[in-house]
Amino acid sequence: MAKRYYQPEIETMPVEEIKALQSERLVKQVKHVWDNVPYYRKKMEEKGVTPDDIKGIEDLHKLPFLTKDDLREAYPYGLLGKPLKDCVRIQSTSGTTGRRVVAFYTQHDIDLWEDCCARAITAVGGTNEDVVQVAYGYGLFTGGPGLNGGSHKVGCLTVPMSSGNTDRQLQFMTDLESTILCCTPSYAAYLGEAIEEKGLKNQIKLKAGIFGAEAWTEEMRHDIEEKLGIKAYDIYGLTESSGPGVAFECEEQTGMHINEDHFIAEIINPETGEVLPEGEKGELVFTSITKEAFPLLRYRTKDLCILSRKQCSCGRTHIKMRKPMGRSDDMLIIRGVNVFPSQIETVLLNEGMTPNYQIIVDRVNNNDTFDINVEMSQEMFSDSLGKISEKEKQLVASLKAMLGIQAKVHLVEPKSITRSEGKAVRVIDKRKLYD
Amino acid sequence: MTVKQISVFIENKVGGLATITDVLAKAGVNIRALSIADASDFGILRLIVDDVFAAGNALRENGNIYSITDVLAVAGDDTPGSIAKIVNVLAKEGIGLDYGYAFFAKKENLAYMIIRVEEMDKAVKVLNENNIHIADEEEINGI
Repeated sequence: MAKRYYQPEIETMPVEEIKALQSERLVKQVKHVWDNVPYYRKKMEEKGVTPDDIKGIEDLHKLPFLTKDDLREAYPYGLLGKPLKDCVRIQSTSGTTGRRVVAFYTQHDIDLWEDCCARAITAVGGTNEDVVQVAYGYGLFTGGPGLNGGSHKVGCLTVPMSSGNTDRQLQFMTDLESTILCCTPSYAAYLGEAIEEKGLKNQIKLKAGIFGAEAWTEEMRHDIEEKLGIKAYDIYGLTESSGPGVAFECEEQTGMHINEDHFIAEIINPETGEVLPEGEKGELVFTSITKEAFPLLRYRTKDLCILSRKQCSCGRTHIKMRKPMGRSDDMLIIRGVNVFPSQIETVLLNEGMTPNYQIIVDRVNNNDTFDINVEMSQEMFSDSLGKISEKEKQLVASLKAMLGIQAKVHLVEPKSITRSEGKAVRVIDKRKLYD
Repeated sequence: MTVKQISVFIENKVGGLATITDVLAKAGVNIRALSIADASDFGILRLIVDDVFAAGNALRENGNIYSITDVLAVAGDDTPGSIAKIVNVLAKEGIGLDYGYAFFAKKENLAYMIIRVEEMDKAVKVLNENNIHIADEEEINGI
């Protein structure tokens, strides 16, 4: 029987002890931030809060929030909690100009992050006997490096594939008999289809998969489990608070345990900022209590979610979060990349076009499709098909540069985009991402 | 020596052409010639009409995007080789066509070809030198 926990004393710690540990760490962290992060100190001063006011987790609500706007304003070093000489790594969000988040790590931060990922791998049955194929992107994206580090910690044979090159993925998967696959759920589904097409299913030795960085439904889970012949587990994280491993699923597959020795989770009313009781749906807020280099306090994730402290049959005592049930802002996650409709507007205006557009996102065969309808304008029109096509190509390239992913652009007739009470409907998301 | 052509943006969808031609019909505009150039999602509908002014007004009112372009209407006999003669004359002088389309006028028994070239003045000169008939606005309106 495989070892069930990576750090049993922490993962099964009685709830009261976890809360005491969180209180102790929070007090220390607030002091660290006050002393080292002038940007946040100013926010605290504006709210009339000092470290003396924070005596434990019961005082957390007194602290000001941080948002993605703060991260942008403080870019790149404004939220740094350690001198750069103590930092050893940066990671960054999938990268949308103007909204890029750069997170810093000390060696200690990386150690703790990798511990979190090691817990996730152990929770799905991973041991030093396993071969872990990491098909998340490596590089600035946290997916690859995070699971790679966690896999090392567990002692698994780690196959650092990175994403893409499906033929090579399948070759290593069959030749090296990979047992655990880590990637985005859409890529897992894609690999599952490729395996079916090539009739390789009987050569696949996978038993489990850890899939995150994208919203996915129970239906998609069943589809992946069936095609790959595995158990598929969810993992949650964000670059702002380290990367994957902030929360992970256990064998129960009914939500993700948040690593509460490193993060304090709150659910707030996204409109008022008021903290909501356990079990209510609201915006998920994280406070990092062990991070040195990028110690974000009360960071608003914009993910809508429910927390539950119901006892879990796996024995872990850490609070569970449900799969996020939507977003409290207009951000779309398409193929794992954050997309804001306002960015498309910016590109259109930069290209001298009228900002009449509509985004249509769908999921076909478990892959996201991304189409943008743009209303034709007098400025863009000419009698030459070639000239219009050239402008269209230019637009596609500018969108790619801004968003980091390819969109299909369709030029449509003026006023043909659906308007609701005079306002154009900007986003049609046909994916059923949230159960 | 040029005639006015109306170019309308048209989406590649069922009923797209029907809508625009309905608008023109209601405005009492008669279409002399028509061609569609299409890319994957959209196209340009090019029209020679009897009343450019009325057509433009009707399209604008309907919310269409259009432009007006000068093109040449070149005529030849309705016999084999007449269009070949026209384009050969242009080719010999190194004048390339941006696009072209043809129509037939029964009354005059003439084959008209609408052409758009980069070097309009040069094309007019060359066609004149080769005694090829270029129709003006009045002639086209009178067809």
